Amino acid sequence: MNNTIPVVALTLGAFVALLGAGFANDSLFAAHMWVLFFTLTAFTIILLRRVNFAPAGKVTKPVDRSGYFDEVVKYGAIATTFWGVVGFLVGVVVALQLAFPDLNFGPWFNFGRMRPLHTSAVIFAFGGNALLCTSFYVVQRTSRARLFGGDGLGWFVFWGYQLFIVMAATGYLLGITQGREYAEPEWYVDLWLTVVWVAYLIAFLGTILMRKEPHIYVANWFYLAFIVTIALLHVVNNLAIPVSFLGVKSYSVFSGVQDALTQWWYGHNAVGFFLTAGFLGMMYYFVPKQAGRPVYSYRLSIIHFWALIFMYIWAGPHHLHYTALPDWAQTLGMVFSIMLWMPSWGGMINGLMTLSGAWDKIRTDPIIRMMVIAIAFYGMSTFEGPMMSIKAVNSLSHYTEWTIGHVHSGALGWVGMISFGAVYFLVPKLWNRNRLYSLAMVNWHFWLATLGIVVYAAVMWVAGVQQGLMWREYDNQGFLVYSFAETVAAMFPYYVLRAVGGLMYLAGSLIMAFNITMTILGYERRENVPGAIPAALQPAE
Amino acid sequence: MEVYTAMRHFADSWGLLAMALFFVGSVLFVLRPGAKRSAQEAASIPLKED
Repeated sequence: MNNTIPVVALTLGAFVALLGAGFANDSLFAAHMWVLFFTLTAFTIILLRRVNFAPAGKVTKPVDRSGYFDEVVKYGAIATTFWGVVGFLVGVVVALQLAFPDLNFGPWFNFGRMRPLHTSAVIFAFGGNALLCTSFYVVQRTSRARLFGGDGLGWFVFWGYQLFIVMAATGYLLGITQGREYAEPEWYVDLWLTVVWVAYLIAFLGTILMRKEPHIYVANWFYLAFIVTIALLHVVNNLAIPVSFLGVKSYSVFSGVQDALTQWWYGHNAVGFFLTAGFLGMMYYFVPKQAGRPVYSYRLSIIHFWALIFMYIWAGPHHLHYTALPDWAQTLGMVFSIMLWMPSWGGMINGLMTLSGAWDKIRTDPIIRMMVIAIAFYGMSTFEGPMMSIKAVNSLSHYTEWTIGHVHSGALGWVGMISFGAVYFLVPKLWNRNRLYSLAMVNWHFWLATLGIVVYAAVMWVAGVQQGLMWREYDNQGFLVYSFAETVAAMFPYYVLRAVGGLMYLAGSLIMAFNITMTILGYERRENVPGAIPAALQPAE
Repeated sequence: MEVYTAMRHFADSWGLLAMALFFVGSVLFVLRPGAKRSAQEAASIPLKED
């Protein structure tokens, strides 16, 4: 019988969840355990229906030790696309909620609960799945070794991570949060993620250790830095004492400004190592692959790596300018943020210059175009970020919409676009298709997404600067000119335009989902492939 | 606070020196003469197959 261990583990897990629901200390924990119970039971049933009762010895298919474990990468590519659409959709909804407060349907669909749903869906569900599946793909290819730990470990990491996403998402809507930005899930979900993450580290590091290629390719350095650092950040930031082992509430072991700094040490390095280092790993593999040329300067990529690692970790205090944090720590955070200009732009130049001698591909290959715009946005947002970390600038920009615009030019532009490029590269390869269903649709996706980001970021700049200036506007008597409610009302047109930008980005992702689905199903749209020579053209006699 | 003070002094003296030396050392190692060929070999790893 196959699937024995997963079925037994899932059944036990479902039973434990049922016990948790029965003996829960508070109603939220009970509700969350019911969610867990039904999720695990559904998966048990699905697995049981797939059980194969062949006689012993004939049960398992012969495992191909020479090949790569690509099945989990396929699931990951589908999950990336799916969670991307979900995350962008929730983003558009919360944008509309800000513009039209009547759209807050309490208590479950209030902005306060939908906002972490959006941030976690795009960062951890969409971005996380993109990192998971590309890292498994890249580490196997560049190590020329099958994923370490057997297929079971890879599946555990993938499905365990999806379970974390489901538990986090349902928790937010139920109102379960520990109130730490980008780390909202409560202690029991955090513990589960720790288990999954350690399994991820074992699978990834094991593959590197068992590699047949003497050198560890630079993309794997970036992926490994991402995995190790996220493990460290996650554990330290979530050090908390639960009030009860059958209740949702926990308290951080840190207090006051230490707690705030721990939070932003985590928060900024989640940007630095989750949203930057991991996706740089993607850039250093998929851009050379798609362009068909090696990276511009391999030595620059190594320097990029070490400089990023050494500097990013200190930049977090710039989130706490003009707070109770000691001045020297604020200045330290600012100085290291500004120093980050160098590795960031070195990396950007390295990525872009990989195309030197093949610039024509930007015209003919929409996937390369997507990757190039991603790198361009990496450069722009890593220019903007250090600028905003300067105390004088920060005193205007902090707490305003400018920050939101900055985050989205990085997240939609860099993280989103490089992931789309990677998925477009991976899907035809994984399913053995000649090419994507439609390259014209990639082009549509590219333009919708790019224009969507431009609308979003430009609107948020104007909104943020206006907001910041209104907040600090004094009259000659020393009184504030605007009440807070007036500054909120002034944001209305920008909020509507922001939703339009988000809607364009969402539309692009829906086109991608359709394109990917049709590619997987094996269709090929008849269209003129850009750059191909039309058959009718004859050479001049 | 004794632990804090001790760690703080370690961080801005020997710890800082060790990290700075490691960083400068790794950059110099990457730029050493003769590293160019091995870097070119490493850069071609993703293009070797499929």
